[in-house]
Amino acid sequence: MDALPAHMRPERSFQGLILTLQRYWADYGCVILQPYDMEVGAGTFHPATTLRALGPKPWNAAYVQPSRRPKDGRYGENPNRLQHYYQFQVILKPSPPDIQDLYLKSLAAIGVDSHLHDIRFVEDDWESPTLGAWGLGWECWCDGMEVSQFTYFQQVAGVECAPVAGELTYGLERLAMYVQGVDRVYDLNFNGRDGADKVTYGEVFLQAEQEYSRHNFEYSDVEMLFEQFKMAEAACRKYLAAGWKDAGNGKEHLMALPAYDQCIKASHAFNLLDARGVISVTERQSYILRVRELAKACGEAWVHTEAGRAS
Amino acid sequence: MPDLLLELFSEEIPARMQAKAADDLRRMVTDKLVAEGLVYEGAKAFATPRRLALTVHGIPARQADLKEERKGPRVGGPEAAIAGFLKAAGLSSLDEAQIQRDPKKGDFYVALIEKPGRATLDVLAEILPVIIRTFPWPKSMRWGARSARPGALSWVRPLHAITATFGLETEEPDVVKFAIDGIETGQTTFGHRFMAPQAVAVRRFEDYEAKLLEAKVVLDPERRKDTILTDAKQLAFAQGFELVEDQVLLDEVAGLVEWPVVLMGSFDQEFLSIPGEVIRATIRNNQKCFVLRDPKTEKLANKFILTSNIEASDGGKAIVAGNERVIRARLSDAKFFYETDLKTKLEDRLPKFEQIVFHEKLGTQGERIKRIERLAAEIAPLVGADVEKTKRAAHLAKTDLLTDVVGEFPELQGLMGKYYALAQGEDASVAAASEEHYKPQGPNDRVPTDPVSVAVALADKIDTLVGFWAIDEKPTGSKDPYALRRAALGVIRLIVENKLRFPILKAAAAASVDRSTKVGLDQLASDLLSFFADRLKVQLREQGARHDLVDAVFALEGQDDLLMVVRRVEALGKFLDTDDGKNLLAGTKRASNILSIEEKKDKRKFDGAPEPSLYSLAEEKALADAIDLAKVGASVAVMNEDFESAMSAMAKLRPAVDAFFDKVKVNDDDPKVRENRLTLLNEIRVATRAVADFSKIQD
Repeated sequence: MDALPAHMRPERSFQGLILTLQRYWADYGCVILQPYDMEVGAGTFHPATTLRALGPKPWNAAYVQPSRRPKDGRYGENPNRLQHYYQFQVILKPSPPDIQDLYLKSLAAIGVDSHLHDIRFVEDDWESPTLGAWGLGWECWCDGMEVSQFTYFQQVAGVECAPVAGELTYGLERLAMYVQGVDRVYDLNFNGRDGADKVTYGEVFLQAEQEYSRHNFEYSDVEMLFEQFKMAEAACRKYLAAGWKDAGNGKEHLMALPAYDQCIKASHAFNLLDARGVISVTERQSYILRVRELAKACGEAWVHTEAGRAS
Repeated sequence: MPDLLLELFSEEIPARMQAKAADDLRRMVTDKLVAEGLVYEGAKAFATPRRLALTVHGIPARQADLKEERKGPRVGGPEAAIAGFLKAAGLSSLDEAQIQRDPKKGDFYVALIEKPGRATLDVLAEILPVIIRTFPWPKSMRWGARSARPGALSWVRPLHAITATFGLETEEPDVVKFAIDGIETGQTTFGHRFMAPQAVAVRRFEDYEAKLLEAKVVLDPERRKDTILTDAKQLAFAQGFELVEDQVLLDEVAGLVEWPVVLMGSFDQEFLSIPGEVIRATIRNNQKCFVLRDPKTEKLANKFILTSNIEASDGGKAIVAGNERVIRARLSDAKFFYETDLKTKLEDRLPKFEQIVFHEKLGTQGERIKRIERLAAEIAPLVGADVEKTKRAAHLAKTDLLTDVVGEFPELQGLMGKYYALAQGEDASVAAASEEHYKPQGPNDRVPTDPVSVAVALADKIDTLVGFWAIDEKPTGSKDPYALRRAALGVIRLIVENKLRFPILKAAAAASVDRSTKVGLDQLASDLLSFFADRLKVQLREQGARHDLVDAVFALEGQDDLLMVVRRVEALGKFLDTDDGKNLLAGTKRASNILSIEEKKDKRKFDGAPEPSLYSLAEEKALADAIDLAKVGASVAVMNEDFESAMSAMAKLRPAVDAFFDKVKVNDDDPKVRENRLTLLNEIRVATRAVADFSKIQD
């Protein structure tokens, strides 16, 4: 740690925090991926988690995922709610026996000393109705602040996890606010520099939060979004149907990933429509079900692909 | 006798599951021991966030030997029977069996099976894995590489170690040897996650508990609670404050720490402008911290108490500072929500309710609010409430459901409505109804008394009841998902405790207007009334009254005035405690019994007035006169709602009834006289029905 120049230190630089986590998990042996190039609501949606959590093959990966929650936009006025934020996601399959210790050491790496801070694992059962997924685990608290979610996946995309993967999700802005001692997300030091060289989170994202809040709540094109949802849903089904192939010993699927992209698209279109308040309570349930059906069909396809099956 | 120590060491167990899990572990192990013939002296179980522990002391070292005699076929019986007997008894030939003489039925074979008792250590090694595998966690999970295999262990969170020892105090105990999913039992546990994470070797419960304490783990949850409560009170007191005690929170917090360290933090005074309940909900629900009050003003102080799991190297400064920051952010949110809520008038939230489905078959919340408004306006005059205020109150009562604060803290529904209504200048009664109309929530909750609140509360509950009755979604057995029993009890308590004359059937009819119902309206009303009768019975029984008296009163026609029902039941109860009451009841029952026998015999009823010219005995005439007198006296008294007097009028009947049974033979040889006497008996029954149906009263 002493070797790090001041501007790279996780306790004063947002990007330093990200780099430290990446280095830590790379050192553990994870594949360090880049964000998925689509709009998703959480790091879990990245196929490196949703799909790779399925099937028997070991898989250890970590990546930052920009996450979009259109409904959480606050026009940049709330000190800690954002419609776009970063998650740092770690997926370890099978979950190693010392995964809790690995997590605690990652906190130590970013400067959270467990002899000085009160770190707690507080019950939090995780469920994603749109992904047909659930797991058990905790919210991880540091001095009363939730800094991560820790989940043992039991089922994803309607498929039982065998073996079970452990998922760690760090809320990067919150964690950074904590280690930097900042109360307003926009005040985070992004690049760790001082004076004129300093770039804050607000300088990078405040305008985006304002613009997207306007878009999400007032102007997003509802007709287009309804259409996009339908098109994505139809395309997903089409690719799934086209991807099945008879192999020598049973069925094989050749297009699970492109099909799953369409499932992600449908999910995001739904989130935007939901934010616009144009989906009634009863319809809402049926949209969630429709996305779940897509996710399940993709999961079923995935376990018949090279990466998803046993051999 | 030897003792058992069992510890199941895992990752963090949800706080809310710990107490039951400890209890389940104790019950399952001790039940199994007893079933195996191993009677123990005592058992105690404990839970911390990371372990379930059990000590069972005074278990015999071995099971007693079992001697069993197994009866076989008769000597010289069929070969197949003998072969079967040998096999079942585990004998290799008949030489090993004995012959029992029986001169009557013939001699037969007997096998003496001696089953030596097994060592308890072996029994434990057999039963403990089964208990662990079948442990009733509300939710359990698989983990790690083994989770891919069929039959992998399921536990609440990953299980890491099992300590299981059995032995005498004076000796080195044995490890109860078994393995589950690759976890082998041993004598090694671990201390506090951060303060003493190293392995701890243990022998038996006494040194286990002591060594854990050295390793910064307080095993007994009661002891952790004591520490938290005592320290919290002391910290508060030292600064001139008082702890707002909260048992549920205390239980939860004690389940989140192995080594409780109580610390105090504070927040900015400016947040005290938010209602105290909102501050408390924020701090309690989100941060699991206690709040403090100023004992002089009874108002919340700008302080909170947190329970940390470590003795921090800086004495807790960083922990307090961190918690203060989170609480500041949370309170900022709450304050923002509260202030945003204040910017929108409550009535302006109503259009949104049109889109919220209350129940699939019962329409939207918007429709429901309109129905409640209309019903409350009809009820208002019946309960002495101002109609306009009642309408306004019903109009606004549910609107806080769409405020940000209630969205965040659903338990503040109603209360926030009151604050917001007052803030927008509503009448005090109108504002109060937002909170009060949900009451009473149960048998011990306060009953509102302001007529406006009473009217809205009745309308809300009756609309719910009639609605669910109309779609035939009544509570069954233990299932009552819409809390309809609570709603009915609420109606009863509102009426009875406010001493209201309230015709339930009329109100139910008003609530049925414009509804499509599965059953006819009359059927619905009578079903609903009998539901109220059942609830009233439960309620009165809990207050020590006799439930059969409720039946006796409800059996009369048109009893939908609950206050009168209750008064009548009270008067009847008192009357039946007197000698007159008891004897009249006995006499009436005797009359009823005779009548039902004779009615069956003759296949007819004996209604109508008796014929005076057929009275041949003085007692007949006297009874007829007494009945007339009692009837008139009782019905006048009932009309005046003076049930005590009605009962006294009935009491006057008693000597005549007694004398009649004493001197008069009912089944006279003259059929005409017999018929007349039976008709007279029927009149006793008729007369008593002025106050209650005596046939429903148990002796």
